[in-house]
Amino acid sequence: MSSQYPGMIESALFSRDVIAEIQRAATEGIYDIRGWGAKRPLPHFDDLVFLGASMSRYPLEGYRERCDTSVTLGTRYAKKPLELKIPITIAGMSFGALSAQAKEALGRGASAVGTSTTTGDGGMTDEERAASSLLVYQVLPSRYGMNPDDLRRADAIEVVLGQGAKPGGGGMLLGQKINARVAGMRDLPPNIDQRSACRHPDWTGPDDLEIKIRELREITDWEKPVYVKIGASRSYYDTALAVKAGADVIVLDGMQGGTAATQNVFIEHVGIPTLPALRQAVEALTELDMHRKVQLIVSGGIRTGADVAKALAMGADAVSIGVAALIALGDNSPALDEEYRKIGSRAGCYDDWQAGRDPAGITTQDEDLASRLDPLLGGRRLANYLRTLNMETQIIARACGKSHVHNLEPEDLAALTIEAAAMAGVPLAGTQWIPGRDGRF
Amino acid sequence: MSASETLPTTRVVDLRSSTVRELNQALHDLPPDAALSRWEVRSAAGEHALAVGINAPCTVEIKGHVGYYCAGMNKHAEITIHGNAGTGLAENMMSGRVVLRGNASQSAGATGRGGLLVIEGDAAARCGISMKGIDIVVRGSVGHLSAFMAQRGRLVVGGDAGSALGDSLYEAQIFVRGQVTDLGADCIEKEMRAEHLEALGALLEAAGVNLPARAFRRYGSARTLYHFNVDHADTY
Repeated sequence: MSSQYPGMIESALFSRDVIAEIQRAATEGIYDIRGWGAKRPLPHFDDLVFLGASMSRYPLEGYRERCDTSVTLGTRYAKKPLELKIPITIAGMSFGALSAQAKEALGRGASAVGTSTTTGDGGMTDEERAASSLLVYQVLPSRYGMNPDDLRRADAIEVVLGQGAKPGGGGMLLGQKINARVAGMRDLPPNIDQRSACRHPDWTGPDDLEIKIRELREITDWEKPVYVKIGASRSYYDTALAVKAGADVIVLDGMQGGTAATQNVFIEHVGIPTLPALRQAVEALTELDMHRKVQLIVSGGIRTGADVAKALAMGADAVSIGVAALIALGDNSPALDEEYRKIGSRAGCYDDWQAGRDPAGITTQDEDLASRLDPLLGGRRLANYLRTLNMETQIIARACGKSHVHNLEPEDLAALTIEAAAMAGVPLAGTQWIPGRDGRF
Repeated sequence: MSASETLPTTRVVDLRSSTVRELNQALHDLPPDAALSRWEVRSAAGEHALAVGINAPCTVEIKGHVGYYCAGMNKHAEITIHGNAGTGLAENMMSGRVVLRGNASQSAGATGRGGLLVIEGDAAARCGISMKGIDIVVRGSVGHLSAFMAQRGRLVVGGDAGSALGDSLYEAQIFVRGQVTDLGADCIEKEMRAEHLEALGALLEAAGVNLPARAFRRYGSARTLYHFNVDHADTY
């Protein structure tokens, strides 16, 4: 129904967005590819609230009393676990998808606040290694740039099974982003579309993965934590199998998690939101008596300290950010609106990260565009943002009476919708009712 | 570790009394100039991840069958396995030489970026999958989807090749002496010119495989899928 044009009825089912997409498909004969994560409304952390301290809970003084935020990752097997000062990490994003300047800025920002950043498909660059005090090295199905020397100089290893934007999918880095350096790192000719496989080439299931992880540990003398990253779908079982396979850390990416380039239909319709995926993962860890022993990092839609605090309260050990980190660097800045309009988009809507024409110099390999991003300034902006997230998390934790952000717990939460209550496993606000579980309304 | 000196430069490690961890750690502790370091590994007994991540020009002889990922990510070392190998033999090898006297399971030489892998028997499915510069010489036959998405390097097959050979191939070259069940998407037979005969002959000689280069046919990428085009959708 439309109130914009009285008397004329606009279809809710065939909205103007739907009409535009049908007509675009009819014109071009191919699906829409874009970056970012799911954009449609989904149950999320916004549907939860904290129950601050009151008569029965004792708060901590917001500006005086200590509230720690440190987190240790990789305590299960690794000789050298990662010690992070804040429970917020930078997600894997490739050099290739991002400019070298952007990768360096991410490393600088993360290092400034004592947290880790992560490589991506395409290997490790010297700039990001130098800029990152703690760098997680991804082992992906494509194995682009895979190098044992980089394994040895990494601080942790992340075996990537999937990502929230496209569980079960591979990737495609379009030719316009494949300059000579990117191509050289990937052992492929420049300017051609580079397909990233969806399956690993040398293992096929959890039993094989266990042996693969053992090989990676042997190569690195059991020093590095080994993460397993999964896209949120069958999160309960995937978490349990990752534990069985020997993961030190599980990275769980909900469908709001970003991607550099994937079909829109994939992003919006495959996988489940972060909220239920996180609850399922924590349930699996708890049932295996592995909660807090195998650490859990959750990503997909983390924007504020409130999101961080809610993820930790639900049982995560840390969170990871990708899209938000790029926005902190300057992606989709209103100051660039005029330039976004020139390429058919607008500030706030720009998601053609696959196209390589990013006026912010982040999702591009064009030298002129990439030079617009100052890695020093970008690093400072990211550090500022990370500090803000951390302080916001502490504010909430203190209000709930917690001297460490990991002391937040599901009991501190209530849900605003029945859906969120069911998905997160916390009571609907004002009740003791968790849909799907025994309890009183 | 129960290593003993049998020759001045040969150390023997028996995996009945030493662990895989101890073996790999000792190999990792070798200095970069360990050219004269010779190792013999006994009682391999299907252990996984044997001699992985070596970063020195040593020589390793492994007696017995090996499990998954033997010689994985090798740099510089010459490794010979006197037995059969499980999944992922010499996966992601960077340089050096790995010789398998027996048969290899699937994904042999997967994603290898350099060096030479010689398989004197047969190799199962996905031999050379996503290879990135390695040379693989198989005296016998290879299974289906070998050289799948192979990017760079050469896969030489002295016997037959299973279905979907070279599917979605990039710039790797494939040479097969026997029958090919069928070719994968975008893989085509190409002319064997003089320079190919010469290069293949040198590779066969380096691998110690006594087969005439002229008996092989050459396959490579048609390069029609290098840029995604909706008109190619039926190809996949």
